[in-house]
Amino acid sequence: MTEIGLGHYLTLGAIIFSIGTIGIFLNRKNIIVILMSIELILLAVNINLVSFSIFLGDLTGQVFTLFILTVAAAEAAIGLAIIVVYYRNSGTIRVEHIDELKG
Amino acid sequence: MIAHSIFFYTFSIIAIVSAIMVTASKNTVHSVFFLILDFISISCLFIMIGAEFLGMIMLIVYVGAVAVLFLFVVMMLNVAQQKNQWFSSEASSKHIPVGLIISTLIFVELIIVVGGWKYKPDLFDINNSLELDKVSNTHSLGQVLYTDYIHVFQISGMILLVAMIGAIVLTFRKRAGVKTQSYIKQISRERSDGVSVLNVESNKGVKIDD
Repeated sequence: MTEIGLGHYLTLGAIIFSIGTIGIFLNRKNIIVILMSIELILLAVNINLVSFSIFLGDLTGQVFTLFILTVAAAEAAIGLAIIVVYYRNSGTIRVEHIDELKG
Repeated sequence: MIAHSIFFYTFSIIAIVSAIMVTASKNTVHSVFFLILDFISISCLFIMIGAEFLGMIMLIVYVGAVAVLFLFVVMMLNVAQQKNQWFSSEASSKHIPVGLIISTLIFVELIIVVGGWKYKPDLFDINNSLELDKVSNTHSLGQVLYTDYIHVFQISGMILLVAMIGAIVLTFRKRAGVKTQSYIKQISRERSDGVSVLNVESNKGVKIDD
């Protein structure tokens, strides 16, 4: 219990990953909360990589965490830009109304 | 080792509870606040476990850029359909208790990290090769990042450039009725468009601007 090992950090990552996944399904109406849930999922992946890197003594995990951070920032910027453009065109960002592309 | 477990359980419980609040809270502004708290907790965990550089970078990138971007978009797009009451005192006073709780928690976490940093070598005896060679985390990460992973590093810079150009192109729009300079029109202007030589008879005058 008091000995904090690799398993504790992996469990924390798994819990946050599950919360992010559940959040995507729970918040079907609000696309911004869906984007925030995706950020939570990426955060859980980062926790796993960093804890493996620290406990196994290999720096590669931290390097890849840096790249995941870059991709997450780019993804958030592009996603929010798309949301802003869609809101400007249609006046709403409710997810159930975003169905203009259906054939 | 008891201190390590106290640190871990404190930060991880705050992180899990705030992650639940991100998905469960009705107000989107509160969700962004809890997202900030979650990122700060996880970056404190990173700092205490020995990955200082990544903890600081997460603090800068996520809290300083991404979360503020989310907050801008949430407040600009008026998600909750409360356009009239968004900036009134009644609606904004509902954010104050949540903001106070979150900022107090962030303050306590920073105090814990700054206080624990002094005793960090006594706290954690993670025996690995990273701690044995007496260079800091940032130093060793930079040595790897700029030599072995230089191509991947450059590609991630290209990803950021593409994201920046894409965001600008997506949100750029031409407004109607705004006077702007048109270089094409200026360059392609001929002498015959602007100047004309007229043969004016005396005492008659000439009519221009027809």
